[in-house]
Amino acid sequence: MLTAAVSRVWSGVAQKPASRVLVASCNLSKDATFEIKKCDLYRLEEGPPDTTVLTREDGLKYYRMMQTIRRMELRADQLYKQKFIRGFCHLCDGQEACCVGLEAGINPTDHVITSYRAHGLCYTRGLSVRSILAELTGRKGGCAKGKGGSMHMYAKNFYGGNGIVGAQGPLGAGIALACKYKGENEVCLTLYGDGAANQGQIAEAYNMAALWKLPCVFICENNLYGMGTSAERAAASTDYYKRGNFIPGLRVDGMDVLCVREATRFAADYCRSEKGPIVMELLTYRYHGHSMSDPGVSYRTRQEIQSVRSKSDPIMLLKNRMVDSKLATIEEFKEIDVEVRKEIDDAVHFATTDPEPALEELGHHIYCDNPPFEVRGTSQWIKFKSLP
Amino acid sequence: MAAVSGLMRRPLEQVTVRDAINQGMDEELERDEKVFLLGEEVAQYDGAYKVSRGLWKKYGDKRIIDTPISEMGFAGIAVGAAMAGLRPICEFMTFNFSMQAIDQVINSAAKTYYMSGGLQPVPIVFRGPNGASAGVAAQHSQCFAAWYGHCPGLKVVSPWNSEDAKGLIKSAIRDNNPVVVLENELMYGVPFELPSEAQSKDFLIPIGKAKIERQGTHITVVAHSRPVGHCLEAATVLSKEGIECEVINMRTIRPMDIETIEASVMKTNHLVTVEGGWPQFGVGAEVCARIMEGPAFNFLDAPAVRVTGADVPMPYAKILEDNSIPQVKDIIFAIKKTLNI
Repeated sequence: MLTAAVSRVWSGVAQKPASRVLVASCNLSKDATFEIKKCDLYRLEEGPPDTTVLTREDGLKYYRMMQTIRRMELRADQLYKQKFIRGFCHLCDGQEACCVGLEAGINPTDHVITSYRAHGLCYTRGLSVRSILAELTGRKGGCAKGKGGSMHMYAKNFYGGNGIVGAQGPLGAGIALACKYKGENEVCLTLYGDGAANQGQIAEAYNMAALWKLPCVFICENNLYGMGTSAERAAASTDYYKRGNFIPGLRVDGMDVLCVREATRFAADYCRSEKGPIVMELLTYRYHGHSMSDPGVSYRTRQEIQSVRSKSDPIMLLKNRMVDSKLATIEEFKEIDVEVRKEIDDAVHFATTDPEPALEELGHHIYCDNPPFEVRGTSQWIKFKSLP
Repeated sequence: MAAVSGLMRRPLEQVTVRDAINQGMDEELERDEKVFLLGEEVAQYDGAYKVSRGLWKKYGDKRIIDTPISEMGFAGIAVGAAMAGLRPICEFMTFNFSMQAIDQVINSAAKTYYMSGGLQPVPIVFRGPNGASAGVAAQHSQCFAAWYGHCPGLKVVSPWNSEDAKGLIKSAIRDNNPVVVLENELMYGVPFELPSEAQSKDFLIPIGKAKIERQGTHITVVAHSRPVGHCLEAATVLSKEGIECEVINMRTIRPMDIETIEASVMKTNHLVTVEGGWPQFGVGAEVCARIMEGPAFNFLDAPAVRVTGADVPMPYAKILEDNSIPQVKDIIFAIKKTLNI
């Protein structure tokens, strides 16, 4: 199942010439075993394993994916400052281990839904960097044809991108209901932040998911701040993995892609065995502020940000592990960086040169499977044709 | 020949609006196993207003689901299930409670197909009783036709009689878009003759098409839901005085069939709209605005007039409540005023 996910993500990416791969890998291991941090458990006798095997192939893939997301988000920052991207832009740099680790722990046939901080998951769920950046810049080549923007990007088995904090909680439980209804052993990962964890509708979703034993993995991405409010100032209990009350939970090191992978596998297996929902808290960190309009330093110190960057950066952690255990060389990572940079450059070029959607399309996509009709514009004389 | 064809036709049934909705849901549940119903008391209680009577017994826990009292949660769950390919019917015990869930209806359901550039349809039905009941007071009597009718991406229907109820619920369930079905609690127990076509399992009433319930020449009277019946009563009274009203049953709030109303106004030269909801920013206001913008304006011999609920939260005392909703006498009065009689 993982190889299927691998090949899907790889398909858009340049392959290394065969000879260099041979030379590079002759002194290197095929795989290595790593110890990973034990998860804090709630209402669970056992948790994910505390060691895991990482193959060279998987490691390089995770590195490439995380680096791609990192570079994509940093370029989005630039594009926003250059006014190519407008409105809201919530970046996830620092949190790459979460989206890459989650994807590594599930199948492409499983389902994922998240909040507005979605660009990383858009990529891991199969959207190309081109289609993501072009959606951010509002072009017709964007994955939502420029109609959605940063917060409303969709893909197969990926339900956005949701702008209303917490709304994705019940939506995800509903997707899980559909999984159970159809009986094909699929699960739904339902992500929300530490801020959203205080939404009443999350508690409603917990209740119904537990009552009906829905295969829903509730995942709280705790990056310690809900916009400008630290977790301690917003929550009477910041043990988000326990907030499901009657639902078992685990707290995971969200900066370690292998930890996230193992925890996700564990959680997904739990749901697949029809035990009902489970809550996973990923302890992670965002380098940027809440969005591009928040510098992110009025409620936290630059030292804190720098400290996380130097000690816990997910990309650095993976790279160091792989180099230290001879799974790959520094040069190989540099080559990947070069390839990633090229992919991002190409995507940025596309996103800044592709035309905007045609004005005639303003009225399209109101209704699905509907005969064409007319949509009113800003006055009674201005009409737009609406095609489904 | 006529006698023979009379024998071949099935007799017209008297079916209450409640049973018509029940039949419609039953037929669609049978036809497509992706259809399911969820809401408070819909299963083991047979429905708070008995609209879903017998369905849980027939289809079981998987397809007829009792929810906790968590509107925002279960509406969101229903929308998510629709996004993932099922066809939920989400019942609000009354539409007053839908206000708790309105974000899921508008932001998660209505807008998603558009925001996704046509990638993510949401084939869901939200249904339940709307508007005033009897003596249930302010928090349980609001009409949401204007609120939901305001939003692009939604379809909003408002059945009056049993034929409407059955045909529209079936169309709503088969529609791949979010459809809000505004029923009326006071109409649930009212029986109507169901025409023979309506007895077919594929009987559908198209969403977006109004029906002329009564032809007339002097004035166009437009209404939706229960007031349609009051308009027909008013028309019967006025007919004795020589005034012939053309009564139009809107059936759909959004997309509104303004063409049928325009054609009628161009014939009668007078317009009265009737609704249970509040006057400001209401359904009647929209009808009037559109008539002004279209060809029918030049055919009006008098300003269009609206009959609506009173502009107050619904009071409890009977005399106050009776005067807060449009009655037959109010409709007659408005028609005569418009005709300057």
